[in-house]
Amino acid sequence: MSLQQMIPLMGKGVLETLYMTLLSTALAYVIGIPMGVVLVVTEPDGVAPLKGVHDTLGVIINVFRSIPFIILLFLMLPVTKALVGTQIGSIAIIPPLTASAAPYIARMVESSLKEVDGGVIEAAKSMGASPWQIVTKVLLPEARPSLLIGAAIVMTTVLGYTAMAGMTGGGGLGAIAANYGYYRWQMGVMLVATALLVLITQVIQEAWMKAANAIDKRKR
Amino acid sequence: MSIIELKNMGKTFSTASGAVTALEDINLSIEEGEIFGIIGLSGAGKSTLVRCINYLEVPTSGAVFFREQNLGTLSDRDLRKARSKMGMIFQQFNLLSQRNVLKNVTFPLELTGTPREEAEKKALALLKVVGLEERAKAYPAQLSGGQKQRVAIARALANDPKVILCDEATSALDPKTTKQILDLLKKINREMGVTVIVITHEMKVIEAICDRVAIIDASHIAECGAVSEVFSAPKTAIGKRLILGEDKGYQQVSLPSGKKLRLVFDGNHNDPIIAVMAKQLGVLVNIVFANLTEVEGRTIGQMIIELPDDETQYETVINFLKARQVRYEEVRE
Repeated sequence: MSLQQMIPLMGKGVLETLYMTLLSTALAYVIGIPMGVVLVVTEPDGVAPLKGVHDTLGVIINVFRSIPFIILLFLMLPVTKALVGTQIGSIAIIPPLTASAAPYIARMVESSLKEVDGGVIEAAKSMGASPWQIVTKVLLPEARPSLLIGAAIVMTTVLGYTAMAGMTGGGGLGAIAANYGYYRWQMGVMLVATALLVLITQVIQEAWMKAANAIDKRKR
Repeated sequence: MSIIELKNMGKTFSTASGAVTALEDINLSIEEGEIFGIIGLSGAGKSTLVRCINYLEVPTSGAVFFREQNLGTLSDRDLRKARSKMGMIFQQFNLLSQRNVLKNVTFPLELTGTPREEAEKKALALLKVVGLEERAKAYPAQLSGGQKQRVAIARALANDPKVILCDEATSALDPKTTKQILDLLKKINREMGVTVIVITHEMKVIEAICDRVAIIDASHIAECGAVSEVFSAPKTAIGKRLILGEDKGYQQVSLPSGKKLRLVFDGNHNDPIIAVMAKQLGVLVNIVFANLTEVEGRTIGQMIIELPDDETQYETVINFLKARQVRYEEVRE
């Protein structure tokens, strides 16, 4: 493949990869944050203990997390069709990616929120804070640096899963690497696509960690 | 008028290994405007007690009254409202690490829906009271322990509380900083009329600022009264242990059979007690034993004196010791 062909191909791949990663992650966070918050507040020693809700949600999350992504992709085909109107292309991988990442995010959010010092929550309660105020004014703001670190991990994981987009006839660097490298033995294309994936992962991870550190007021 | 009243209050925790009684049959009434101390060894139940006062822990029996309101009968909403009138400070300060000093102090005002400008104005005024107005933009991680506790005090004062609960508030601080924080609490009590409740395991904290003290031991109030009375003549075993120390080194020596008193000094007395007794009262006492001992982390001196076998002279000495606030107990074989 000539360089003239390679550049637009890779450019398109990068854009598609970023599109799938960022959109799925963003949608998954919309679902995952409330789930993580509910997990933490409904715990037996949480600010609004509700054992039934806590245990049910826990089971649902575990079920979704234990289904392999490739299987989820196929199982969700009817849902995907209903949601985005098609079962093929890059857009068709967004629903399964979101469904797969949301419970993962719920667990990440749960672990970040649990790091918040119990004494600070107690102090807020002693000042008359309601459970809702504790969530919005204490738990989420205090956990912000840790939540951001979690987001970097989630995004790089989702980025890896976008490689499966080839399965639905979608694009992105992963699909390019598989289609050109695996099926057509064009090793050069495969290596370039893979190198670009590595590069994107590096950039996201580093930039995000820097941002998390920069906003953490615990650092002097 | 008592501002807080605990009536037959008890708290039992159910744990995996069965029920654990943290508090039992607690009766206390705390007067408006006083500084009330609660002292006990660790595990005595004092932290649970202070949390029952603002219902962070819900008592399992009895009742808690705050300004004649039974906290157990309030709705969640009214309980939160009542809590906002009780400030609380902690051993570990518990400041919000991601908010600066000013925003920490405005936090309780945000909870009650105070407009931002008004809240910030008030917070700055309170930071002035605690002497930290220049650090308004700093974050907790940039402050020393004493400064953090000052911020916590300003925060506890934000909603004009009637009471401030101090849970081992000086236990993480060095002696010099402890004194500054205690002075500040005393100033707030005197100038703003805020009732202060101090939970501590340190005698010096009670001595420094409290008007009255309750000694808590094994889930019960062992004794309660004015600090001067309880400290000069503790009645219970735990009171004696906390105040007079438990070193019985003198039991190794043979003591004369006459009337004997054990005097305890911890560096608060500068006048020569024995010499003054001899000179002013004309009572000649015999020192039969003396040593230094360490109790709960502080050094105290003890001395056993033998008194003349004369009832009137004995009374005179007792009255003299009481007036001088010297701690003593009778020694019997």
